Amino acid sequence: MEFVTPPPVRRLTGAEGDIGRLNGSGNGNGSGHRNGNGNGNGSGNGNGDGHRAPAFVSARRPVAPATIAIDRMQVEDLSVDYARKRAVNSVSLPIRQGEVLALIGPSGCGKTTLLRSLNRLTELTKTASSEGQITLDGVDIATIEPTALRRRVTMVFQQPNPFPMSVFDNVAYVLREQASRRPKKRVLQGDVEEALARAGLLDEVRDDLDHAALRLSGGQQQRLCIARALAAHPEVLLLDEPCSALDPQSTKVIEELIVKLRKDVAIVIVTHNLQQAFRVADYVAFMYLGEMVEYASAAHLFSAPREQRTKDYVSGAFG
Amino acid sequence: MSTTRAFAAASPPPAAGQRNESSASWRLIDRIGLAFAWFLGLLFCAVTAAMVLYLFVQGIKYLRPSMLVTNPKAGFNESHTGGFFDPLLDTVVISIMSMGLAIPIGIAIAVWLSEFGRPSALARVVESTIEMLAGTPSILLALFGTLLFEAPWLGFLSRTSGGVVFGRSFFAAAAMLALLALPLVVASVREGLQAIPSHVREASYAVGKTKSTTTRRVLLPAARPSVLTGSMLGLGRVIADTAIILLLLGNTLTNDGSGSIPILSMLRGTGSTLTSYIFYNAPTGDGDQPGKAYAAAFVLLLIVLALNVGVDLVGRRGKDLRWSS
Repeated sequence: MEFVTPPPVRRLTGAEGDIGRLNGSGNGNGSGHRNGNGNGNGSGNGNGDGHRAPAFVSARRPVAPATIAIDRMQVEDLSVDYARKRAVNSVSLPIRQGEVLALIGPSGCGKTTLLRSLNRLTELTKTASSEGQITLDGVDIATIEPTALRRRVTMVFQQPNPFPMSVFDNVAYVLREQASRRPKKRVLQGDVEEALARAGLLDEVRDDLDHAALRLSGGQQQRLCIARALAAHPEVLLLDEPCSALDPQSTKVIEELIVKLRKDVAIVIVTHNLQQAFRVADYVAFMYLGEMVEYASAAHLFSAPREQRTKDYVSGAFG
Repeated sequence: MSTTRAFAAASPPPAAGQRNESSASWRLIDRIGLAFAWFLGLLFCAVTAAMVLYLFVQGIKYLRPSMLVTNPKAGFNESHTGGFFDPLLDTVVISIMSMGLAIPIGIAIAVWLSEFGRPSALARVVESTIEMLAGTPSILLALFGTLLFEAPWLGFLSRTSGGVVFGRSFFAAAAMLALLALPLVVASVREGLQAIPSHVREASYAVGKTKSTTTRRVLLPAARPSVLTGSMLGLGRVIADTAIILLLLGNTLTNDGSGSIPILSMLRGTGSTLTSYIFYNAPTGDGDQPGKAYAAAFVLLLIVLALNVGVDLVGRRGKDLRWSS
C-alpha cells in the first residue's frame, strides 16, 4: 500500500504498560500471558474501590496484544448533530492499524454515528451536521472526495447485505472503477480471490464463484461483505455490529477473522456485546449519551474502569 | 374448510387438549357474516368461471386456425369475412411500441421518485400526477391524443393530405397507450425499490460507489421482479384497451399504410387490434359477425391469461432472495 504521507509507526511499549501490569508479564511477544495475578475478583486491579469485573473478564486475554500500531485516523473534538439533537459530543480518539478499537455503550449513545462519521456516511442523512476534525493519514477527511474516502475507509453493516449478484461480482463490483470500461473477469480474478481469502471465505466458495451471493448462509454472507469491504485495500475497516444477526459459530469465525486482519487494516467495531468487545478489541471506547466517557485498553476498561458510569455499564447495572 | 386448514397451517400448533376453534362457537351474527362471505366468494368465482368457460366454448366453436393468418375481408356472412391476422399483428406491434415507451420512462420516474426526489415539492407533484393518470379513463387520453396528434408539427407521425393532419397512427395510439401503462410501471418499480433496505444502499456507498452506480448496478437488478411485474400489468392494460385504439389507431380492419417506406409506412398508417376487432364484430357492433368476435375474444383471453400466469411466476421468483431489514 502507498500512502500520501508516511504514517507514524509506533512501537507499543508505554501504552502496553497497563496491559502488562494487569497481566503481570512482558508484552509484544505475542505469547505467554498466562499468569497468576488474575483480577476476576476485582481485588487485584489496584484501584481498590470494589469494582467487580464481569465474569467474562479473565486474567488471560484471549488474544495477544498488538505488537505494533500505526496511527491511521485521528478524531479531534468531533460533534455530530441530527437537527437539534446532539448525537456525538466532542469526541477525540485515535484509530490505529494493528489494534482493534471497539465502541461500546447503550443504544442511542452515538457510537454508530461516530462510526459513520469516519467515512462521511452521516452526510447521507439530510439533517446531520458535524463539527471538529477527522484526519486520515494526516489529511482532513473533509477535503477528500467522499467516494475516494469510502474506498479507503470501508464499512460492514449489521445485516449481511450482499448485492443481488454472484459472489464474484459482489467483490468485483468494488474493484471496477466507475465510468470506465468494465475490466474483464480474468483481469479481476486474482484480486477477487485474494479478497475472499483474506475474509476466510475462499475455500468455501472457490468452486462456484458464480453462485448467487444471497443463497449463501448468513455467516458466509457477512464474510462476503467483509471481503467486499477489503477488496479495495482500505486503510480502515468499520464494522457496525457485524455479528449481531449471526449465530454463535459464525460469530466466532468472524471474530477470529477480525483479530487476524488487524495488522493489515485499522479496525473499528461497534458492538453491543461486551464479551465480544473483550474478545476482539485492543482498545475500547465507552460512549454514553453522545459523550466518550472512557477510552482505555480492553483489559483495563473492563477490569479497572476509572469512571463510575463505565463500571455500572460493564458490570451490567444498565444498558 | 380450506380456510381453517390454511389458518391452522400458518399458526403455531394448538396447545395439547385445545381443539381448533370452530365457528360453531361464534355469535350468530358472526356466523351469518362468515356464511355471507363464503357465498359472495363462491359467487364471484362462479361468475368468472362462467365467463371464461363461455368464451372458451364459443371460441373453440368458432376459431379456425386459418383465421390467425387471414385478413378481415368485406362479406355478408361469417364464411366470407376472413380472419384477424392484421388485428393480431397490430396488437403485438402496438404492445411493443407502447411498452417500449412506458417501461424506460416508468423506470426513470420511479428511480427519481424513490432515490432522488428533490426538490420534494416537485416529487409530490409528480406523484399526484401519476396517481391522477392512473385514474384517468382511457377515452379522455384518446380524446387528448386526437388533439395532440392533429397538430401540424406532429404531422410526420401520421397521414397528411393537403395540409390536414389525420392524427391517427400507430405512433399516436402507442404514445397514449404508454400513458395508460405508465402509472402501473412506476408504482410497481417504486415499490420494488422502496422494499430494498437502506443498509443495502449504504453498503454500496460505503465502498465508494456513487448514487448512480448504486442505482444501476445494485438497486435496479434487485428490483428486477418488480420491473417485470409492473411491465406485465401495464401490458395487460395496453392490450385490453379499446377507446384509444378506436380513436387513435383509426380502426380500419386491415392495415392501411401511409408513405412508401416499408415499416414506417405501416406505423404511420391505421389499423385495428383484437379489442377493436371484437368491438366492431360484436352482435351489437357495426360488423355484427359474432362468430368472429368470439374467436378473437378467445385469442385475447388466452393472451391475457398467459400474462397473468407470467406475472404470478415472476412475482414468485426471487422472493426467497431477500435481505432482512
